[in-house]
Amino acid sequence: MTDLIKLTAADTAAAIKAGQVSAVEVTQAHLDRIDAVDKKVNAFLHVDTEGALAAARAVDAKRAAGSELGPLAGVPLALKDVFTTKGVPTTCGSKILEGWIPPYDATLTTRLKDADVVILGKTNMDEFAMGSSTENSAFGTTGNPWDLSRIPGGSGGGSAAALAAFEAPLAIGTDTGGSIRQPGAVTGTVGVKPTYGSVSRYGLVAFSSSLDQGGPCARTVLDAALLHEAIAGHDPLDSTSINAPVPAVVEAAKMRDVRGMRIGVVKEFAGEGYQAGVMQRFDEAVELLRELGAEVVEVSCPSFTLALPAYYLIAPSEASSNLARFDAMRYGLRVGDDGSRSAEEVTALTREAGFGAEVKRRIILGTYALSSGYYDAYYGSAQKVRTLISRDFDAAFAGVDVLVSPTTPTTAFPIGERADDPMAMYLADLCTIPSNLAGNAAMSLPCGLAPEDNLPVGLQIIAPAMADDRLYRVGGAVEAALNDKWGHPLLEEAPAL
Amino acid sequence: MPGITREEVAHLARLSRLELQAEELDHLAEQLDVIIGAVARVSEVAGQDVPPTSHPLPLTNVMRPDEVRPSLTSEQALSGAPAAEEQRFRVPQILGED
Repeated sequence: MTDLIKLTAADTAAAIKAGQVSAVEVTQAHLDRIDAVDKKVNAFLHVDTEGALAAARAVDAKRAAGSELGPLAGVPLALKDVFTTKGVPTTCGSKILEGWIPPYDATLTTRLKDADVVILGKTNMDEFAMGSSTENSAFGTTGNPWDLSRIPGGSGGGSAAALAAFEAPLAIGTDTGGSIRQPGAVTGTVGVKPTYGSVSRYGLVAFSSSLDQGGPCARTVLDAALLHEAIAGHDPLDSTSINAPVPAVVEAAKMRDVRGMRIGVVKEFAGEGYQAGVMQRFDEAVELLRELGAEVVEVSCPSFTLALPAYYLIAPSEASSNLARFDAMRYGLRVGDDGSRSAEEVTALTREAGFGAEVKRRIILGTYALSSGYYDAYYGSAQKVRTLISRDFDAAFAGVDVLVSPTTPTTAFPIGERADDPMAMYLADLCTIPSNLAGNAAMSLPCGLAPEDNLPVGLQIIAPAMADDRLYRVGGAVEAALNDKWGHPLLEEAPAL
Repeated sequence: MPGITREEVAHLARLSRLELQAEELDHLAEQLDVIIGAVARVSEVAGQDVPPTSHPLPLTNVMRPDEVRPSLTSEQALSGAPAAEEQRFRVPQILGED
């Protein structure tokens, strides 16, 4: 058990259960790794050393007492800093929440604790999950472990980088327009956006409530499935939580068989703006699915070309409303309260000082889209586009079981390249946004390195709502076949840190 | 589609309670003009007879029994407050003096 940090979550839990290693040893190995590499990577905003070791000790005590351990007991996890954690700082990557200690746990946090998962700390992110590069964090950007001068994706760049840097075998992200899948794609890791409503949003600081969805991040499809089952399920504290059984994703991840499945290649996700090496690896993955016995057909979803514009009206509109809660009155930063200023002036000064450029941009854009005179043309039309996109998905899924596409049009771009060019940044989410608008399920998993830059390429799989198990069935089969072909998992090829 | 002016951005900033600096107003007006130009394509569907979707799930009211449940103490609820007094959030003056 020399290289504890390289183990999968499934193998780690099995080793702890069998008594081959203690949960404390596993946790300590990851804390040591964070100590050694996180100055370079900057995946973590806060490391909860004491809390993690206490949780690990509790797992070891449970085992010593002869209690049955769950499938992820003692496995360390990196939690995106957008979920509240009682007694542990939660900033959402924003100065406006710097130093805030939530008085309660998010439902997802509670589920992780109930599963005896060891929470190592909170990961870096674009401020309030707005961004595709983690450059919008108020606390510095995160480096991509494949090349520290490149972005790790966003908004969940910290969670994805923690996985790729072997700082944790599991992580949690949230996906509003691709913030789990795009970081997964550019770091060579697995990320899943579950069906909207299947993972509770209680205690998830809201960005765009009709799109936000928490989900699992891991280095393998099976690990993601184990985490998916730990966090999903009905929650009475979230009024949009689906009250239905969670699909059997772990079982699906183990099937490794796609014979007889019908797979649709989305015609619209190709062409101008798509990197040649990304398309090459994607085409190879499609060919592989054919070899594995799936039937591959081309499908057309013409409304998808309007998904990006619709998203950049809907998400900022909801954000402008959600972020009104940061008013400097009940929690977080307060600026300029010198006795001479009104509450309204203090609110405006605090928001000016506490929000970063992208958050301000989206609040103004959302306020514009919702203002009278523009509402019908912008927000109203965007809502119609949302219907058309759902109809395109429905039509496609009438003929196929899942859809596939590249997760992102390009590999990881250099830090700084798109930082002050919002439209260029927004293009990173071109292929991921339709699933958020429709609320269905989607996964990204590594399908190779682009030949021109040796950086990871993500394969996106999309399934109908509440058919999340199909993602894992296809993903598990592709992962197994690719690992056979390469002789090792893709992350083995990442440079040493 | 009309472009967005600096004055409009200033108005939107007031509505959103953002005390933007002069240089931010200039920069934002320029960027928002580009973004709005790009997203305005959605109005292609404005005339189409398509019902709007505001949410991916058919939303219905969720009720729970009207029973007392454990909740935060006032001390916990005030733990993150910038200022508190007598178990309440202390805020700057809300009404003008005249």
